[in-house]
Amino acid sequence: MARKITYQQAINEALDQEMTRDPSVIVMGEDVAGGAGAPGEEDSWGGVLGVTKGLYAKHPGRVLDTPISESGYIGAAVGAACNGMRPVAELMFIDFMGVCFDQIFNQAAKFRYMFGGKAKTPVVIRAMYGAGFRAAAQHSQCLYNIFTHIPGLKVVLPSNPYDAKGLLIQSIRDNDPVIFLEHKALYTMEGDVPEESYIVPFGEAAVVQEGDDVTIVAFGRMVNYAKDAGASLRKKGVQCEIIDPRTTSPMDFDTILESVERTGRLVIVDESHPRCSMASDVSGFIAQEAFRALKAPIQMVTAPHVPVPFAASLEDLYIPSPARIEEAVMRVKEYR
Amino acid sequence: MSSSLTREGLLQAYRTMRTIREFEERLHVDFATGEIPGFVHLYAGEEASATGICMHLNRDDYIASTHRGHGHCIAKGVDPVGMMAEIWGKRTGTCKGKGGSMHIADLDVGMLGANGIVGGGGPLICGTALASKLRGSNNVGVCFFGDGASNQGTIFEAMNLAAVWKLPVIFVGENNGYAEATSSNFSVACENIADRASAFGMPGVITDGFDFFAVHEAAGEAIKRAREGGGPTLLEVKLSRYYGHFEGDQQTYRAPGEVQKLRETKDCLMQFARRVTSRGELSMAELEAIDVEVKTLIDASVVKAKADPLPLPEDLMADVYVSY
Repeated sequence: MARKITYQQAINEALDQEMTRDPSVIVMGEDVAGGAGAPGEEDSWGGVLGVTKGLYAKHPGRVLDTPISESGYIGAAVGAACNGMRPVAELMFIDFMGVCFDQIFNQAAKFRYMFGGKAKTPVVIRAMYGAGFRAAAQHSQCLYNIFTHIPGLKVVLPSNPYDAKGLLIQSIRDNDPVIFLEHKALYTMEGDVPEESYIVPFGEAAVVQEGDDVTIVAFGRMVNYAKDAGASLRKKGVQCEIIDPRTTSPMDFDTILESVERTGRLVIVDESHPRCSMASDVSGFIAQEAFRALKAPIQMVTAPHVPVPFAASLEDLYIPSPARIEEAVMRVKEYR
Repeated sequence: MSSSLTREGLLQAYRTMRTIREFEERLHVDFATGEIPGFVHLYAGEEASATGICMHLNRDDYIASTHRGHGHCIAKGVDPVGMMAEIWGKRTGTCKGKGGSMHIADLDVGMLGANGIVGGGGPLICGTALASKLRGSNNVGVCFFGDGASNQGTIFEAMNLAAVWKLPVIFVGENNGYAEATSSNFSVACENIADRASAFGMPGVITDGFDFFAVHEAAGEAIKRAREGGGPTLLEVKLSRYYGHFEGDQQTYRAPGEVQKLRETKDCLMQFARRVTSRGELSMAELEAIDVEVKTLIDASVVKAKADPLPLPEDLMADVYVSY
């Protein structure tokens, strides 16, 4: 039965249900319980924002606090996955990939191919991404495009509580390494989520709004901004089709292609920087596959090519807004 | 020094060391012809280390290896015939010709991979050991790394993590004196790599890598402690490589005659043979019979590797994902 819970609760519930179902699922990371070795309470944090709170008591010995050694414990998660476990390692902020990237892209991503198909590495790396928290340049990036570039990794970007739960369960059951990215601004978002366990398959985009005028492809948190823009545009008589790819690897290009062939107009909304991004990736794909269908130049709504700034006035300018999406839609709509 | 090895154990030890030596000496010759693709890093001279340690391991104990990994593979039970085909880039290789010398792995025998990234194996072995520990088995993990990797943060992080989680891991620092062309006298800030163990609250042991029996005994203690829940050990094995960092390395950074002197005075196979024959544990004839057997095996592996098929175009896209 569905009831309203938050994105954060949906993630916690997915972890709890999978840990209950499968004893090989373990959770590890910095302060995923919190309080290890300290005189106060155990499970004192349950993750830096409390996402894993309560799992420690429910699953004794399977929620492991780690030292602040991202290479060490992300690599250990990869090694444990090679030896029969299904670890879910939390990298806290995705920006910290900078100190452990080797274990992700040279080790986890490569094993299956490089070892001739013998290895199986069912590890999930969870991390927060995204701007909007005045956390500045080292705690606010997206970086999902970097993982998407690497063959051997799967990359997941849930935009709502329902997808967060179903995609995380699929991530844990998946036999390949998965980068599961949670937008910090979405943790408090509420939505209908079934109590029972279910999966959302990888590589299947969601059409979150149907329309025949303009196709909008948006990623992660930007799906919600696109919906705001779409609602406003509808009042102005512009019908947008909004597509949430949900996973960037694998990527459901077919759904995007089918839509653009119908609308002939495409806006892509990506919170990350414009160069070598998901926006440029989709743009390149459509330019190659649907050139004749296009009635207007593709528009990319992205952050600028700068680090994420701290000051509110600058960060607000940095993040793509519903207003900018609306402007881009009108540009392609009115293009002659 | 007493040896806990039976006659069979001694024969196995000699056979393993001889197989590694023959494999590497043969690669040294064949690589010079230009027929072998890529590059290879040879383990010749270091055989007592891999052999003395891996003889204590079971099939479901894991090892993580290095770019200089052929010896570790053979000692852990990877089939040398498949390895040779892999190094020749053939479809019949251990990794179907997709890994090559630097990435030979065989998870079926607990070989988690040679590794092209210096220090890459430390965190990984903590993971296999964590899995063993959580399952309540007494399996251990061995991380082989060199003096170069001893300066990598991954190795420090892994040693700390293994100590914090009290994991059954043995960190084996094979100090062959050179990280590529840079001496460990320069690059390792302390006297011995093993000295760093105290920083992680684990025992640090130094052993002579030319002496199979010394390695075997030191490793036996560390592995026993790990199996019994006593946590990790850092074992530094002091040894030398007979060839360059990679094949083709002119080794102008080494002293003239350095390797020749080691071969003549300290070689692990020579010392082993001298000891077991002088004690009457094995006869020279038995050892020579193994030499012949091993040479036949390696010769045959090369003949087969040369004749085996290359990977096919359809292999290019296979095995990136389990399912995609």
